[in-house]
Amino acid sequence: MSKKYDAGVKEYRDTYWTPDYVPLDTDLLACFKCTGQEGVPKEEVAAAVAAESSTGTWSTVWSELLTDLDFYKGRCYRIEDVPGDKEAFYAFIAYPLDLFEEGSITNVLTSLVGNVFGFKALRHLRLEDLRFPIAFIKTCYGPPNGIQVERDRMNKYGRPLLGCTIKPKLGLSGKNYGRVVYECLRGGLDFTKDDENINSQPFQRWQNRFEFVADAIKLSEQETGERKGHYLNVTANTPEEMYERAEFAKELGMPIVMHDFITGGFTANTGLSKWCRKNGMLLHIHRAMHAVIDRHPKHGIHFRVLAKCLRLSGGDQLHTGTVVGKLEGDRQTTLGYIDQLRESFVPEDRSRGNFFDQDWGSMPGVFAVASGGIHVWHMPALVAIFGDDSVLQFGGGTHGHPWGSAAGAAANRVALEACVKARNAGREIEKESRDILMEAGKHSPELAIALETWKEIKFEFDTVDKLDVQN
Amino acid sequence: MPFQSTVGDYKTVATLETFGFLPPMTQDEIYDQIAYIIAQGWSPLIEHVHPSNSMATYWSYWKLPFFGEKDLNVVVSELEACHRAYPDHHVRMVGYDAYTQSQGACFVVFEGR
Repeated sequence: MSKKYDAGVKEYRDTYWTPDYVPLDTDLLACFKCTGQEGVPKEEVAAAVAAESSTGTWSTVWSELLTDLDFYKGRCYRIEDVPGDKEAFYAFIAYPLDLFEEGSITNVLTSLVGNVFGFKALRHLRLEDLRFPIAFIKTCYGPPNGIQVERDRMNKYGRPLLGCTIKPKLGLSGKNYGRVVYECLRGGLDFTKDDENINSQPFQRWQNRFEFVADAIKLSEQETGERKGHYLNVTANTPEEMYERAEFAKELGMPIVMHDFITGGFTANTGLSKWCRKNGMLLHIHRAMHAVIDRHPKHGIHFRVLAKCLRLSGGDQLHTGTVVGKLEGDRQTTLGYIDQLRESFVPEDRSRGNFFDQDWGSMPGVFAVASGGIHVWHMPALVAIFGDDSVLQFGGGTHGHPWGSAAGAAANRVALEACVKARNAGREIEKESRDILMEAGKHSPELAIALETWKEIKFEFDTVDKLDVQN
Repeated sequence: MPFQSTVGDYKTVATLETFGFLPPMTQDEIYDQIAYIIAQGWSPLIEHVHPSNSMATYWSYWKLPFFGEKDLNVVVSELEACHRAYPDHHVRMVGYDAYTQSQGACFVVFEGR
């Protein structure tokens, strides 16, 4: 039925608040935590969010009538109170599939978290979760390789992988940097990692770093008989430069490169991920800048959304925090989003912060990377929390060993294997952590010294961003 | 204390991936790991290779994967049979997971010379 043009300003809720709407399987669903300005009704705030993140603008416009807006508009279909919070509420919004370009995370985010976050009627707005319809997921490439392929390439089975970031993070020459890589790998690590801010600085240009690192990897593989890798950071000032670095890594026969997906951007990330699949290269993903976006409990984007977006954009490993180390992240929330990285179906579970059932279809899984302020004493908890499909990365916990990085690496490897062996044998590794580590230390002087060195170090600060629960 | 007396020398070791940094397992410890493989619903699989070729992607199967085998004793006797047939080879125990098409567990039981 045709409509008449009625110029002026309508309330958003007249068009975009549709409590009777039943979302379609093909809809993209979003849960926003909204905090409106005083006096603005919840329905109006929620409808405004739906409108501004889809088809709406502040005024009625004649050109709306050239199309069937009911087919294209986002709709708020449910409002819920936030447990333990009097002013905020959740708005659930359904977006029709046709609002988005196939395979473009950039496009989805530009719509959903674009202008609407600066909207004056809102004090705060946070995107808590997204449900991507399987129809959209099938248009994304996803991880270039995935967990199973990475295990086969690296020949690592039955345990978490072990890595470490090279320190100091800035200022080493190429040859000195390669030395530290070599020490870590000969000591028993599977991977070493460029720090995120190592790109191509005057003290160490990228070609020079890549060549010395390649030497270190080849030598350590020969000497240990195990497969090794180093995340060569190809994050660069332009996409062209990024690809040039990735090509050189391939030329050197390296197994894995690395990218910073938020500072580098989703378009660059998706492009690099496609390149990696085509060229048989693994892709490690760092998340610099995420805490700017995800840490405030009432404003921004929850990390589970960024993690889902990364799985669709592409990456074989993603940093997720550690729960126990120096960086923010509570246990239940972390378990919730590492499921989103690794499982093929994740059910709605508010106790883990997952607001929707999420079907990932055939999308490969992403390794969860735990990195930041962890040491051997954390090992049992890390193995229990993260399970086998993870990469545990100890930076200071490797290089800070009194005998140096090789011994630090060996200490971590012994501790890791002792925990896995104990878990498989049916022991409760978190409860018995002390016994398991002390027993293992009897056979390894490197571990015994590490246990002594870090015995008092803890990071006991309360989490800033908690799950919303009734207090 | 002088520096030299507090810093030890870490000697690089050649290892065979998972559990390579632990002391050799006792018989009971090996049984525990095989019981874990069976309890996970994975298929026991035995592979062996000459030590000169230990970094190869493919080690030789001993027979075929023991699909659906739940009896610990059968697995143990097959491990021993493989070791008798190839005394100079590395022999490893794998928990093959058909759902992920990956190995849920993998560790060397007998080291060849």
